Amino acid sequence: MENAQKSETNNHRLLKKNGSSSKKNEKRGKALVYSSAAIVIIATLAITLFLGYKGIRTFFVFDVSVWNFLTTTDWDGTENSGAFSFIFGSFAVTFLAALVAAPLGIGSAIFMTEIAKKWGQKVLQPVIEILVGIPSVVYGLIGVTVIVPLLRDNVGGLGFSLLAGMIVVGVMILPTITSISADAIKAIPQDIKDASYGLGATRWQTIYKVIIPAALPSLMTAIVLGMARAFGEALAVQMVIGNVKGLPESITDQAATLTSIITLDMPHTTYGSVHNSLLWSLGLFLLIMSYVFIIIIRFVSSRRKV
Amino acid sequence: MKSFKRLALLFAFFLVVGVLAACGGSSEEGNSGSEDGGSEEGSGESGSITVGGSSAMQPLVAAAAEEFTAENSDAQIDVQGGGSGTGLSEVAAGNFDIGNSDYFAETKDDIDAEELVDHKVAVVGMTAAAHPEVGVDNLSKDELKEIFTGEITNWSEVGGADEEITLVNRPDGSGTRATFNEFGLDGEEPAEGITEDSSNRVMQIVNDTPGAVGYLSFAYFERNEDIVPLGVDGVEPTDENVKTGEFPIWAYQHSYTQGEPEGLEKEFLDYMMSEEIQTSLLPDQGYIPATEMEVERDAEGNESDIE
Repeated sequence: MENAQKSETNNHRLLKKNGSSSKKNEKRGKALVYSSAAIVIIATLAITLFLGYKGIRTFFVFDVSVWNFLTTTDWDGTENSGAFSFIFGSFAVTFLAALVAAPLGIGSAIFMTEIAKKWGQKVLQPVIEILVGIPSVVYGLIGVTVIVPLLRDNVGGLGFSLLAGMIVVGVMILPTITSISADAIKAIPQDIKDASYGLGATRWQTIYKVIIPAALPSLMTAIVLGMARAFGEALAVQMVIGNVKGLPESITDQAATLTSIITLDMPHTTYGSVHNSLLWSLGLFLLIMSYVFIIIIRFVSSRRKV
Repeated sequence: MKSFKRLALLFAFFLVVGVLAACGGSSEEGNSGSEDGGSEEGSGESGSITVGGSSAMQPLVAAAAEEFTAENSDAQIDVQGGGSGTGLSEVAAGNFDIGNSDYFAETKDDIDAEELVDHKVAVVGMTAAAHPEVGVDNLSKDELKEIFTGEITNWSEVGGADEEITLVNRPDGSGTRATFNEFGLDGEEPAEGITEDSSNRVMQIVNDTPGAVGYLSFAYFERNEDIVPLGVDGVEPTDENVKTGEFPIWAYQHSYTQGEPEGLEKEFLDYMMSEEIQTSLLPDQGYIPATEMEVERDAEGNESDIE
């Protein structure tokens, strides 16, 4: 009761004397927003510092040479371990997945924004949103039960392969690329398209000569964001790639990625051991790479013309 | 002045969050403290402990904990996985009351084994597991070594089907892998192959992939009767042969405590070693009772008969 009365008088005041109360609200809002921002910044900094501290120990406490760590392929959990095969594996999966997902994603984005606007937005968009929501372990399961046997019987090899990783991760990053590309294409002013049609260009010519070039920086951003997701993906990749330490000789060979080796080895190491520390260094490398991806995105989107 | 106020607000906010978090923590501690106190004075069957580590032991410990808490309703036993390495690290750090491990704490350089007390609650037999169609069910130790080190690459070389051999490994540091390397391969490291996180996945892959061979504990051959457990030097991989020491590939399942166990820790470990658990629950879960072993092993792998 009391509360209700209070709020009533408060409202009353609000109506009458707008000044002091709104100022108070203004301050509260500011405090709320500022503290959220501060928490996010502090959390990011803390993660970076923590990973940095844990990851760098390998090189200072255990005297592992950075060069050796980054360029050799012999991983046995000791000071002489090299992570190059995992670095290679991660990049291979990422680029191969982008190779699958970029054309498909941009293609379906064009389809749903330019060609079949109504149908595309009614059917394709929800389908893509559903794809975003599926957890990665489900992609992994589908990969193991459908794609791996399919590859084993039709392509050869064991089925567990870079190729399987490429397909599973490609499908996983498809929705990211599609939805960002679709937004980018939608943002292109109608004037530009009208001008193109006015000059007598066909729809395909407009798409090819006008829309894609105009949206290119945003499309690149979409692809790089997709790649960043592919690079960090652990579970689904681990389930289908076979986790073989060593450089794959062909696309049907097994490989291992940075993330898959961290999740595989971490439970079996004791805290503070060389092996454990090496895994932290892999984590640090992943973090550095995600910074690199963000820098690339910044660079690419600063060239946006539209 | 304005910016000072902003800072003050921020500071106040963190203070509130901090105090709330601290309250949560301290009240929890307070609770467990009083329960611990109760367990020492009273019946000794109340309170709560955390048991964790080896994922191979998790189902066994979870089943035992369930039966234990059914009998002692005041006790609470929190069973976690995390891996043998985690189990050892956490019990050494004092975060787990009991840390489970597939291997001796002495084998890990970063663990102070002196501080930990070993309780060998069970024994697990392991052997090589082959795809149903390889046409082999026994290998000599040398053949086993040559297969896993990659010198033999086709099953026909050991009298089986003409099928390429595909190795399925567990990750470095896995307890199953360490045991298989030490007692199956006499310390040799297997060649690179598919590496899988869990024995379940190894079982699945060996079952699905022609020519595949991995290593599993005996319990998995009951779950999937198609895959072939390989005998070694003519000795069949059975519980009986492990007990008598004839079959070489087996490991203890260790429960470590920091110092001698007390209170609920002791109650629970005694329960694990009791006749009831050792002769019914353990065999049901595919383990071999530690109490029925006729041979024993030390941390260096030396085997001797039990008097």
